[in-house]
Amino acid sequence: MPLESLGQPLSAVFDLPFRDGYVWSITYVSLYVSLVAVTLSTLVSIPVAITMAFSEFPGKQFVKSVVNTGMGFPSVVVGLAVLFLVSNQGPLGSMNLVFTREAMIISQFVLATPPITAISLAAITGVGKNVRDAARVLGGTRLDVALVVLKEARYGIATAILAGFGRAISEVGSVLIVGGNITSADGISKTRTLTTAIQLEARQGRYETAMLLGAVLLVLVLVVNAVVVRFSDQGVNW
Amino acid sequence: MEIQRRRFLAGLGAGTAAIAAGCVRSGADSGAPDVVGETLTLTTTTSTYDTGLLDEIHPDFEARYGVSVDAIAQGTGAALESARNGDSDVVMVHARDLEDEFMRNGYGVNRRDLMFNDFVVVGPETDPAGIEGTSSATAALAAIAEARATFVSRGDNSGTHAKERNLWEGTQVEPGGDWYQETGTGMGEALNIANQQGAYTLSDRGTYLSQRSNLDLTILVQGPIEDGPEALSNPYGVMAVNPAVHGNVNYDLAMAYIGWLTSPDVQDAISDYERNGEQLFFPEALSEDPNFQQYVPEGWRSDSTAE
Repeated sequence: MPLESLGQPLSAVFDLPFRDGYVWSITYVSLYVSLVAVTLSTLVSIPVAITMAFSEFPGKQFVKSVVNTGMGFPSVVVGLAVLFLVSNQGPLGSMNLVFTREAMIISQFVLATPPITAISLAAITGVGKNVRDAARVLGGTRLDVALVVLKEARYGIATAILAGFGRAISEVGSVLIVGGNITSADGISKTRTLTTAIQLEARQGRYETAMLLGAVLLVLVLVVNAVVVRFSDQGVNW
Repeated sequence: MEIQRRRFLAGLGAGTAAIAAGCVRSGADSGAPDVVGETLTLTTTTSTYDTGLLDEIHPDFEARYGVSVDAIAQGTGAALESARNGDSDVVMVHARDLEDEFMRNGYGVNRRDLMFNDFVVVGPETDPAGIEGTSSATAALAAIAEARATFVSRGDNSGTHAKERNLWEGTQVEPGGDWYQETGTGMGEALNIANQQGAYTLSDRGTYLSQRSNLDLTILVQGPIEDGPEALSNPYGVMAVNPAVHGNVNYDLAMAYIGWLTSPDVQDAISDYERNGEQLFFPEALSEDPNFQQYVPEGWRSDSTAE
């Protein structure tokens, strides 16, 4: 497993105060939490965006402005709200979610859904009316029309998903509060992500290692972006 | 198909035997509560976590009981608040006033003194307020206020911040103005901010020592470990969250943890822990003389009424 060795070359070159596997495990938690949250967000956002684009209903503008406001939710506030929800005193207290990855996924879901919905909506609305009409004239059902529009809007939707992913993986405020930034004593992350690890290094004045972890995060985001862009290019034939 | 089924049955048998063996072994070992695989959630301060002490000692506890410890570094105020909400099982902090309030309100039980180090006032070598060698912490702070020299405060309701507020109360000076900067950050960051600005700050000795190689700040007022004033002592306590208030907490494991922390072996391990060749914490749990005040809020007597 080549990824397993990610920690070793780093610690060999830079003399990091980390044990083997530490960097790999926080990278894994970052990716796991953000990818699960963004996948769930996408599954919710795209049907919502399609519904909003294809139908008129009272209060549509209001829903739109709620979604747009959601793009500006401060992550710390979302973290506090989710903490209130999952704390043992809160409504979901019996599920024992506080300081777990699941709690982090909930807060990142809340953060990633508004940008994915809003940008997808803009992309779908932007598909020319003539494309829609053409699909309908050619005898397409409502589902066919929706699929044609989705296909035309795929770059915009890919951008939406990437924006949501970017929001989730770069976010530190809420995952710190609801996750607790936990590693076990042997240096394997439970709820520590790259961003909360960077915050911890900065708190201890180890700015060089903080910067290095920042570089790892940047590379990770680049790789994910490349994969998604490639995927939406190939998607022409679906 | 036949072979597969036989193999499945063999696997099943082996698994059952292993489980049975496990039961017998743990039963015969000690008769202790079977906690294997459980998780203990500890909320604590940044100073115990960032010095690396917990990562050093916890593997022994995890191996001994077959459990894992989730240590969450939050600062004293937040650590106690998490415990108050029943989100942690045990809490290790360093602000006796706040601990006492926590105990009086019934959220904590079985407090033990754990260890101590001390606070030091650090600042630039040029020492613009001229406090070096001052034997009183409050006099040093008063001199800093008098000189309007930049002072960095944690401002985050941590144990260190609570100590700083107590000291200011002693000076009869209300700190304020552009020389007094509340950062709202952890100790390490506050030290870095003070370092960048050539400012004074109050730090626990452990965090200062573990970061000293990156800092131009020096100790100007020593704490009691180096014969400084007793007002700068920094005792750490550990408390279990009261299971009568929060039924969901892992009380068995919390008490096992407190017992383990205050055992001679671990007290020795705390004493032996060094960063940059310096001892950071001094064990305080074991004493031949009775010390009842560690279990109850300071000044509490059985015939006194809670305030």
